[in-house]
Parts: sequence; structure tokens; C-alpha cells
Amino acid sequence: MTRVFTLTIDDREATGREDETILQVARDHGITIPRLCQLDGLSNIGACRLCVVEVRGVPKLLPACTTFINEGMEVYTNSERLQKYRRTIIEMLFAEGNHICSVCVANGHCELQSMAIQLGVDHISLPYFYPKRTVDASHERYALDRNRCILCTRCVRVCAEIEGAHTWDLMARGSQTTVITDLHQPWGTSESCTSCGKCVQVCPTGALFEKGNAVGEMTKHNSFLKTLAEMRENDK
Amino acid sequence: MTRTRIATVWLDGCSGCHMSFLDIDERLLALADQIDLVYSPLVDCKDFPDQVDVTLVEGAVSSEEDLEKISHIRARTRLLVSLGDCAVTGNVPSLRNSVGAEAVLQRAYLDPALLNPQIPDLVVPRLLPVVRPIHSVVKVDLYVPGCPPAADTIYYVVTELLAGRIPDIADKTRFGA
Amino acid sequence: MNTDELHELATAAKEAQTAFDHRIIVCSGTGCQSLQSEQVYESIEGELKSRGIGHRCSVVHGGCRGLCEAGPLVSVEPDHLLYQGVKTDDAPELVDSLDAAPVERLTLDVSIPFFSRQKKIVLEHNGMIDPESIESYMATGGYSTLVRILAELTPAQVIEQLTKSGLRGRGGAGYSTGLKWNTVAKAVANHRYVVCNGDEGDPGAFMDRSVMEDVPHQLIEGMLIAAYAVGADAGYLYVRAEYPLAVKRLRRAIRQAEKHGLLGHDICGTRFSFKLDIRLGAGAFVCGEETALIASIEGRRGTPRPRPPYPAAHGIWGYPTLINNVETFANIVPVLREGGEWFSTIGTERSKGTKVFALTGSVSHTGLIEVPMGITLREIVYEIGGLPPGKRFKAVQTGGPSGGCIPAEHLDIPVDYESLAQVGSFMGSGGMIVIDESACMVDVAKFFMEFCMSESCGKCIPCRVGTAEMYHLLDKITLGEATLDDLAMLEDLADVVKHSSLCGLGQGSPNPVVSTLRYFRSEYLAHIVDKTCPAGVCTIHQEVGV
Repeated sequence: MTRVFTLTIDDREATGREDETILQVARDHGITIPRLCQLDGLSNIGACRLCVVEVRGVPKLLPACTTFINEGMEVYTNSERLQKYRRTIIEMLFAEGNHICSVCVANGHCELQSMAIQLGVDHISLPYFYPKRTVDASHERYALDRNRCILCTRCVRVCAEIEGAHTWDLMARGSQTTVITDLHQPWGTSESCTSCGKCVQVCPTGALFEKGNAVGEMTKHNSFLKTLAEMRENDK
Repeated sequence: MTRTRIATVWLDGCSGCHMSFLDIDERLLALADQIDLVYSPLVDCKDFPDQVDVTLVEGAVSSEEDLEKISHIRARTRLLVSLGDCAVTGNVPSLRNSVGAEAVLQRAYLDPALLNPQIPDLVVPRLLPVVRPIHSVVKVDLYVPGCPPAADTIYYVVTELLAGRIPDIADKTRFGA
Repeated sequence: MNTDELHELATAAKEAQTAFDHRIIVCSGTGCQSLQSEQVYESIEGELKSRGIGHRCSVVHGGCRGLCEAGPLVSVEPDHLLYQGVKTDDAPELVDSLDAAPVERLTLDVSIPFFSRQKKIVLEHNGMIDPESIESYMATGGYSTLVRILAELTPAQVIEQLTKSGLRGRGGAGYSTGLKWNTVAKAVANHRYVVCNGDEGDPGAFMDRSVMEDVPHQLIEGMLIAAYAVGADAGYLYVRAEYPLAVKRLRRAIRQAEKHGLLGHDICGTRFSFKLDIRLGAGAFVCGEETALIASIEGRRGTPRPRPPYPAAHGIWGYPTLINNVETFANIVPVLREGGEWFSTIGTERSKGTKVFALTGSVSHTGLIEVPMGITLREIVYEIGGLPPGKRFKAVQTGGPSGGCIPAEHLDIPVDYESLAQVGSFMGSGGMIVIDESACMVDVAKFFMEFCMSESCGKCIPCRVGTAEMYHLLDKITLGEATLDDLAMLEDLADVVKHSSLCGLGQGSPNPVVSTLRYFRSEYLAHIVDKTCPAGVCTIHQEVGV
């Protein structure tokens, strides 16, 4: 039997099942915790660190997406310190890549962009890296612009966990890390890719996009994920 | 009543922010009563004056001239506003940063030239190796992103400043707006 | 294998050793091998052969004696002689001396503090055992602890001894080993793993390499005892591929142990079975982090995941997994042989036993040392290491890239987990780098930050981007191009990266910066404000750009 716990989130009473994460329970109670790598229907990896929260009695910050709730837990999701960390993390993403919103297909439909607005990031104080990154437009219908990739690995996870193709993966490490198709072959030549386009729909930025979209025209349709995940859950 | 001394500057940008400023339309007339536009591409004034209350800067810092100008302006301005994405983030001008200034000059001046290819360095200001947002060169007091920021946003910013308040632009504009 | 059989093998091995009048032991550790100790071995062997005295004088391989900078080291037993810097040409003279006076010009005085101030538990057999011979290990009592435990103790009693000993993890964080074993033992599962973390990667650290190379059987015996105690039936030795000699010797040791029925099914006639395999690390520092290590063993990309769940509950393929560092496992045999009570008398109140350090940098005696917990840093630096003539001490760096630089004013603190943390450093796995006045502390911080930047796995943003941003700021400072705003940004970043990164690598990466800022802030300011490097290390750009 699954137990139900009572806890407080930002001093508000909340209840949830023991198999639910802080992120889920907070959302059920109308508290939105910022996140970029997390997407309902995919496994949670706690990588972007935007959702880190403070839990009384725990010296370290905990990612809300991978931390399960506990009886009597006192969670704080939006302290000034957390806000500052989150703004810095957003700044880091902008500084790390080449994000030129005004000429991006995802302008206005980008989760990185909206997160910057939500967190009040109006400029990037950290020095920009201006990396030299590549574009892979070899696929017939889609393209990858690594300049806009934030390495959230949603594409990797949706391809492996939902589509079952595992075309996407990561290569290299640190700031050199990059998403690749197959064993770093051009996407268009990939034999494992089913061209389902799920990666494109879950990509939070304009890194993965459908060809033929002009600036600002691309909207993402990832509702399939919720439906599929629910169907699978029900199958169990 | 003393009028607020306002300047606008156009560095490496497309002038879109200035166009948006003009899109304030008839409200400009109301503003005109309260401000002195002491320096701007829109008025005929060669030298940047002293003791400017507010300077709106459009464009990124891309050339030696931009760099010289902005340092000069900062020293004479009380409140400096980065206006628009080029000033705030580098935006389109900074697209060249990952390939370098040399590659851009090569493509613009040398590749297409049929006769006597050369890179101009006397009339045209020399490019800096890296295009930078304003705040990485001088201190910036207020950021108004947008490409360009909407006329309403600019009007709001200016009127708030005139009222002696620092405008909160959080829900008014964003990168790429 | 039972006690009698083991005793028989050990006695035979001991007799084989004492059959010789003299045993010449040539160090075959990586340090000495790189100084051509193998050629020295061959020339001594040739010399013995040509003189026809091979029947009463033997030459064998031995492990590391610690003083790596004086290699190749050759010892002669039972005469208790230690020779340093032996060359192939020295072989005739050395053999000549066997029945005569020692070769004075090569003799290394073993009464110097470097040797006399040490206390050996982990390295008790170092230098004396042939690393490639299980019999040689058995001759010193090897595997008798395991055999006795299997016959006499229950797993719970083993853990009780360990808990009593107060042993804490030697990988760096210092978690109670007894508690960890107990957690794994208590986890409900029909299958458990024991993993030895041999992915030693801190710059300047080679403690674990030495243990794996010199006493592979001591490590395996420790793992076997652990497996018995926690109820594991399979295990992995995760060794970085940059340690080929360690890998070779561990492989050989596993085969030997299997042949003697010490690994495999029904060990020593009991129902205890343990299968041990080696997994090679492919050069990623982060794979020393336990969750990344597990991913790597499972054949996935070596990146950490958030904990909990801890490996003790959810490890390799979801099974409870005990992960301990090499040095921790190497402590197990002595602890269980002599008893937890004995072990707990060594060291300080909260840090028991000894710690092995790789002492490097500006010291006269570079090498591997094992000292009791509670010894002061001053004793290590000034007595065991000794400052080279004309050098003035500035700081000692402990804890690797997650550690800090400790200045002269704190040299009298005892070496234990808490004291080191209190002064802004970290016990770490045992790297200890002595820094003298000729070093620039900003440059030192930059070195470690560059290491963290290039070793970041790239998974979480604060570590991936933050370390790179911090590195660039440090670089700017060393070039004399930074402003006080840059310094403030560096400190802000240190705070964000420390508190929001996913794993220990990221969380620890700002430490060298934070600790040098704490004790050597004036050096940072000299670069930024006065545009000079006090140590004269950094090349300051005179023309200040934008």
C-alpha cells in the first residue's frame, strides 16, 4: 500500500503519495518550481539544477524532480538564495551557447527564453564563451543546431525511453559535450532514426527543429508524451 | 522646471531600436515638453555633451570607434540604458564571434572583390576581435532587451525614468521580443 | 583451502625464502620501473648466475618502499639493507658486497624521519612481498585472516569488529565503514555487490596505485572479507586503465586466488561464494564518483546521478552495492586480524588508524608515506618530507582538486577529517602537495580549476559551465586583466557551483579558489590592483585591454 505523507512547501500544507517527488506535489498544490531538463513522461535526471530546493534539516540543496517526499518534510522552493542560483544557472546557459533569440526558430516558444523572463534575467553578466559549434541539417525533415543546445538530454531520453530507438546520445565531456546521432554519424544517414520527430517536439529550445520554419514560427507539440506515458502506465 | 537631458546612441545595431523609439508616435510630443534630446542620430549634434541625465544605447560594441564612443558617453552620463538585444546581449552582430572578425572581413571585402582586394582601415573603423554587449565594457544601469523593444516598452521606460523611478521591465519585454 | 593447507603453503613459501643466505629485492613499482629497475633486476640476476651463486642468493621483485625519488630501490634481506639510485652497472659491486661490507655510496639510511616517523598498517608488507606471487603473500600470513573469519565469525561479528575499529572511508569523505557495510548487509535483496574504487585520479596522488601494484592480494582478501560480511556474491575492481601494471598484477592475483579456491564457488569449503572481475576506467576522473562508477561498470556513460538512493541500497543493476576505496579495503585485513579494539587505539578521537599520503611538491623526500591520524602537518612537511635547502614553505595542498591550500599558520593542526575540513581543506584520497614561496597561489588555483573544468562530465550546468567560467576568470586574473568586479563574480560563482552542482566533483571544485582566497587574498589583489604577480610566476599583460 502506498502511504500518503503530509508536508509543508513554502510554509503551505501539502499532501502527496510516498512515490511522488517534491516537484509533482508542489505542482499539485499550485507551486511551480522552475526546471528545464525535467519533462513529464521522461525519466528524471536532476541535471539542470534549476529545481533545487531547500529542505529543513538537510544541509545540501536537493533537486525537486528526483527527491521523493517524506512525512513532515519542510520544503522551501523560492528563497532569495535559490532565486539567485537559478538566475546564475540561466545565465550560464546563455553564456555557454550561441543563443540569438531574435533570429531563432523557437523565438517566443522557447523554454530557456521563458525561464529567463520568469526568473528576471534581463542580461547576462557572465562572460560569453562564443563556442564554435556545428549544425547538422542532413536529415530530410529535421535539423539540429548545436549552438542552441542546452544539453538537457530530453532528446536522448525520449528517443531511448519512448520511441525505443536510442538514436541520440552524448559525446565528450564538460563544455565539449554534444548530442550526437548514432555513433556521431550525420543524422540523415542514421539507420536507427525512425524520423518520428519526438526529439524535436520535446526539445526545450530551437536546437532541434522542423525544416521550413522561419524565425519565430516554430511551436512545439509534445502532448503525445503525456498520452503515451499514461497509456504505458495503465498497461502495467 | 528643468528638462531632463536625454541622449540616444546608435552603435552596432540596425537602428531598429531607434525606429521603435519613433513609433512612440504622438506621445513623443508629450515627451518633448519634459526632455531635451541633447544628442541622437535623430538630431543634428556632432559632439556628445556633458552632464546627460539618461542615455539610451542601441547596438553592440563592435569596432574601435564604438569602444571609444561608449567610454566617452559613460563618463558624461548619469544613467546609462542598454536598449535592445544588441546592446544587452550582442545579438546579431555577435553572430560573428564564433568565426572571428577576420573571417567576416574576408567574406565582405576580399572574396567578392574583382580588382585590388583590400580591407579598409582608414575610413571604416577597425573591428574589435569580439563583439561585446555594452555592460562588458562599461557599467550599465538599466537593461531593456528586445529586438527591438516595443514602442510601448520604450515609452514606459522613458516615462518611468522621467518620474524618477527605475522601471521594472520584467513583464514588458524579453530577449528576442 | 583450510587453515592447515594454508599453513602448509605459507611455511613452504617461508622456507623457500630462508633457504637463501641473501635475498635481493628489487622494487618493481611504477616509479622505480620508470627508472629502469627491471634492467637492474636483470643485471643482478645475470651477475648471480654468472658467479654460480644463484642457489644461495636470490633476486626477487618487491613492492614500493615509498621513497620513489631515490629509486630504483634495492633491499637486501635478512641484512636489512636499502640501496638507492641503483644502476645496472652497480650490480657487480652489489653482489660483491653480499658477504662483505655494504656498498656505502648507495646505502640509504633507513633511520631518517622519512622512514622512522611512519606507521605502517596498510603498507605493512610493502616492499617485502613479491607482488606477483600469492605464496609470497601467504608467507606473511596472507589469507589466514579470511580463512579464520570464515571458520569462526559470523558476518555480523565481522561488521561489529569493523564498527568498533572506527575505520572511516579513505576515499575522502570519511563515511564510517562499519555503518556502510551494515547498510548494505541490511538491504533486502537476494544479490549484492562489492566494488573496489581504484579510479584514483587526483593530480599527484598514487597511494592506491601502490597498494594495487604491491599487495594485490591484501586488497582481494579485504574485498573477500567485505563480501562475506555484507553477503555479496560478486564484485568488481574498478581500476583506471592508466595503471597498466596494477591491472596486470590484479589480474594475475585474481587468477592465483581462484586457483587456490579463495575466489569462486564455496570458498574454503563454506557456502560463501564470490566472483571478482576487473573493470577498466577509460580515463574519466568523474568515474571515481560512486554513482558514475556504477554507470561505467554497467557499460553506460560515466556520469553521476543524484543520491539518494545511495549505492548501498540501489547500486549496480539496482542491487545493494558496497563501494569502498582501495585504501579502505587494504585496511580490512589488519583490522580484522588484530581486532577493532586495537585499531581504535591508533589515531585521534574521531579519525582512527593511519592515512597514506602521496607527498610531492617542494620536499626533499618525495614519495609514499603512511602516518598515524593526528600527526601534525608540520611533522609531515618539515620532518618526513623536509623542505629543500633554500626553499621557504608557503602552503600545503591536500584533498586533490576538491581540497584546499593550508598556510603556515595552520601547520600545527592534526591530520584528521574534521581538522582539515575546519581549515577549508579536505582529507581527500591522500594527495599532499607542498608549495613553496616560488609558487603563485592564483596560478595554483587556476591549475586545479583547469583540471575540474576538463574533467567535468557535462551533465549538470553549474559544474559544466561554472568551472569553465571560473577558469576563465582566474586566467584573466593571472594575465593582470581582471577587475575587482571579476573577483566578486568569481566568489559568486564559487558559491553557486559549490551549492548547486550535482556531485562531489562539482561541489568541491571551487575549494582551491575559496581556500586560496581565504589565506592568500593579497596575492589575488596584487594581480588585480597592482598588476603584479608577487611570486613572479604569471606573465602580466602591461597593456590593459577591455
